[in-house]
This record gives sequence, C-alpha cells and structure tokens, in this order.
Amino acid sequence: MEIKDEVKSPGKISRTFITLYDVFQFMGRFFKEGFLPPYEGKELMKQCYDIGYRSLALISLTGFITGIVFTKQSRPSLSEFGATSWLPSLVGIALLRTLAPLLTSLIAAGKVGSSIGAELGSMRVTEQIDAMEVSATNPFKFLVTTRVLASTITIPILTFYTAMVGMLGALLNVSLSEGTSAKAFFQSSLESITFLDITASTIKAVIFGFTIGMVGCYQGYNSSKGTEGVGKAANSAVVIGMFLIFIEEVVSVQFFGLFRT
Amino acid sequence: MEERKPLSEHEKVIEINGLYKSFGNYHVLRGVDLELYKRENLVVLGKSGTGKSVLIKIVVGLLTPDRGEVKVLNQHVDQITYKELLALRLKVGFSFQNSALYDSMTVRENLIFPLVRNQRKLTKGEITSAVEEMLDAVGLLHTINQMPSELSGGQRKRIGIARTLILRPEIMLYDEPTAGLDPITCLEINNLINEVQERFHTSSIIITHDLTCAKAVGNRVAMLLDGKFERQGTFEDVFNTSDDRVKPFYDYNFIQ
Ligand SMILES: Nc1ncnc2c1ncn2[C@@H]1O[C@H](COP(=O)(O)OP(=O)(O)OP(=O)(O)O)[C@@H](O)[C@H]1O
Ligand SMILES: [Mg+2]
Repeated sequence: MEIKDEVKSPGKISRTFITLYDVFQFMGRFFKEGFLPPYEGKELMKQCYDIGYRSLALISLTGFITGIVFTKQSRPSLSEFGATSWLPSLVGIALLRTLAPLLTSLIAAGKVGSSIGAELGSMRVTEQIDAMEVSATNPFKFLVTTRVLASTITIPILTFYTAMVGMLGALLNVSLSEGTSAKAFFQSSLESITFLDITASTIKAVIFGFTIGMVGCYQGYNSSKGTEGVGKAANSAVVIGMFLIFIEEVVSVQFFGLFRT
Repeated sequence: MEERKPLSEHEKVIEINGLYKSFGNYHVLRGVDLELYKRENLVVLGKSGTGKSVLIKIVVGLLTPDRGEVKVLNQHVDQITYKELLALRLKVGFSFQNSALYDSMTVRENLIFPLVRNQRKLTKGEITSAVEEMLDAVGLLHTINQMPSELSGGQRKRIGIARTLILRPEIMLYDEPTAGLDPITCLEINNLINEVQERFHTSSIIITHDLTCAKAVGNRVAMLLDGKFERQGTFEDVFNTSDDRVKPFYDYNFIQ
C-alpha cells in the first residue's frame, strides 16, 4: 500500500490514525468477503488442523502443570480455614474462567500468531501474494479469511481442552494429597461451574482467537518488502497479539463481572 | 535465425500514454508512451532500476499510476471496478522476475490453484489433463509432484510460465525470463516464448537484459531511458546509435 505524495511525512499521531484506519479496513474486508461464496473449505480445515497440531503439545504440558501447581499453591490458604474440600471447585473455576483462556491464547499468540505472520510475510516478500492477485484469484480470501476463521474456531476448542488437562493435573495433586476420588473431584468442581462461566469463557476465547488470527494476518499480509520484513511481521504479530489479549482480558473481566452477583 | 518483423499493422492490445509513477521523491516513470500490437513480441530493455517491472505491474493493476492513461484490451486499468479488473487479469498472464511459485504447494497444485478458482465447472479429469498438457508444453511434466524448492532456477521460471499460461491469456508479460540462467536454458526459454506466441496466439511484453534473447524473440524493441521510451523500433533501429546510454548494452552483449 503506497502513501500518496500529499502525506509525505505524517507525524506520529496521524500515522497512528492511518494505521488504525488500515486495520479497520482490513477487518471490514474480512467480514465483507469472509462469508460470501466461493468458500475455501479445504484450506480452512487445513489451517484448523495446523493450529491445533502446532500448539497441542505445549498447551497440554502447560495446562497440566498449571493444574498441579495452582492446586498445590492454593492448598495452604484454604487449609487455614479447614476448607481444603473446596479445592476442586476453586481450581475448576479459576481454570475455566481465566487460566485456560489466557494460557491457551498466549501460547497460541506465540506459536500460531508468529507463524502466520512469518508465512504471509514471506509470501508477500516473494511476490506470491501478487502472483495470486494477478491470476485473478483472491489472495485475501484464500490466505486471510481462512486463517482468521481457523484461529477463531480452534482457540475456543483448545481453551476447553486446556481446562480439561488442567483439571487432570489438579486431580492428580488432590488425589495424592487428600485421596479424593476422581468422581468426587469432578462432581464438586463441575457443580460450582455455571452456565455463565462457560458462556463467558467461550466468548472470550472466540475474541482471543479472532485477535490472534487477525493480528498475524495483518502483520504478514502488509509486511514490508525485504527479508527483514518477514521477521518484523512475525515479531510484531506476537507482541501486538499478546498486548491486545491482556487488554481484552481486563475489559472482559469487567464486562462479565456485571452479570455476576 | 529468421528475421522477426514488427506487426504494427495489427490492432493495439495495450496502449500507454503519458504514464508517470513516483515512489516518494524518486520519479521512476516520467512520461511513458508504449503500444503493444496483437500477436507481437515486444522486448523492453533498460538498466536495472529504471522501472521496467513497475511498468508491467501497472499494466496488471498491481500498482496504480500517478498520472497517465493505461489501456489494456480497450479498458482503462485504473478506472475499472475490482470485478472488471479480475476479468481483465484473466486475459493477461504475468510471469514474475523471481517466478513467485507458491512454495507450500507442489508443482501440480501451483498450476491447479488459478485454474480451479477461475473455472469452477471443470471436472477432475479436465483439470488433470489441462495441468499435464501445460507442463508438457514447458517440458517439465516429470516435476509434477515436486515442491518448488526442489527445482532449479530455470525450471521454476518455466513452471511460473506454465502456471500463467494455464488460464490461456491473450497477453503475456514476462519479467526477465532468462535472467541468471545458462545460455542453453536461455535458448530453451527463448524457444518457449516463441512457441507460446505461435501456439496460443499471445501478444507479449518481454523484459530482458539479454540481447540474444531480445533478438531471438522480439518483433520490436523498446528501450526505457530516464523514465521514458526514447528509442523504439526494430533491433537495428534501437542500436544504430552512438548514445552513451544505449551503446554499452550492445557492446557488452556482442563485443567482448
Ligand atoms: N513498491 C515499491 N515501493 C517503493 N519503491 C519501489 C517499489 N517498486 C519499485 N520501486 C522502486 O522503483 C525503481 C524501479 O524498480 P523496478 O523493479 O521496476 O526496476 P527494474 O527496471 O525492473 O530493475 P531490474 O532490472 O533490476 O529488475 C527501483 O528503484 C525501486 O526501488
Ligand atoms: Mg525488474
């Protein structure tokens, strides 16, 4: 995208607005073109699989360890009140509401966001995107729409997976320390989880997933020419992605707090 | 080598008038006028960085001109809608300087990619035979299942050309098809360009630094000097001069 002569050297503030305008245009294009046929179904499936596959191992490990550690760290404070029996429900709520969505998205921002940024960035630099453009196909649809949709779909699924694995970690810890049975553990932890918790987490994970895909694609698709453009695209995809996820987390805690009494 | 003649009596398929393009303060194209006639091979010469690639990118609407008129198949490229531009791009093949093959796809998938997205009604059999026919035409049928990273530079160029030809364009734009290749592969590519002209009745612009290629494929030669086409015509017309900006081209290629 070239900037015309009139805006020769825009100041910092106007540059920010130009970028913001650009970002909204990019998002607008996604909503405008994403849901119109022809669909790139095969590519979408491939991207979903890729995203899941790429982050699964790290997410499993992190989720499991977090479950164990969080349970272990929470035990002393609860036992002061003789309330260690609350552990399963405490861990369940913490995992579902915050830990799982945040862990999953941060890991995905690192693994998925950077690889989308690098992939699209190198396609931009080596003119593969231009090549799609001149062969009368729509590179935005094939590259961006599929990736954004894929991460929007996959991150929520991964989030619930992380919560599950985290619970298994907690179960391991609890059953070793307190000898709680799996049945009793899940009964008490699931009891305290409400419909609102599940809805809120799903919405949050959808937003996080959309953010990761969008930021990665935006950075890569608009990456500057030259090899360093690729590195920059991958790097800023991670940094900006994580930054936005934290902001969204804070905002959504406030927002969903309105529904909790 | 048979003498190739200008085809200026044919109708014009590309018409460029007073084209300007700058990047910031760097004025690349400064008043370019150029015509491409039907079924002709026009060779565009010029020093590195004079804006040859920029020129053909403007022709397919990858870059927008600052000023001037660009008519391709009687349509103003910078005034049509995106949909019309897509329809026009179907008729204009563009072979990139660096081949620009999709490196996550096999050769077969590279060729299928533009085909199935532009002709949705093709059956599996028709797609396969179109791909195989085109790969055969560039002499690389055996690479069909390879990845671009496994190909040599010359093979990549030819696959790039095949991927472009599979849409049966009326106009072909070749950006340095022989750059960086050995003399034998250059000859093969020259022959390919001429074969394409004859077999598919295309009109082409060929950008090159290689005067042997220019002589072998060009009906007409145009030389980009200081942002304009100051010299156009037959090979002899262009090089029969003592202009210091032109002579080195010839001397380097033929007198060593
Ligand atoms: N997208 C762009 N943004 C900024 N400058 C550009 C862009 N594209 C090309 N240029 C500049 O325009 C000039 C002409 O580039 P172009 O690629 O057309 O040269 P060329 O004649 O094809 O050279 P070569 O023979 O080396 O390929 C170059 O100096 C380049 O820096
Ligand atoms: Mg060039």
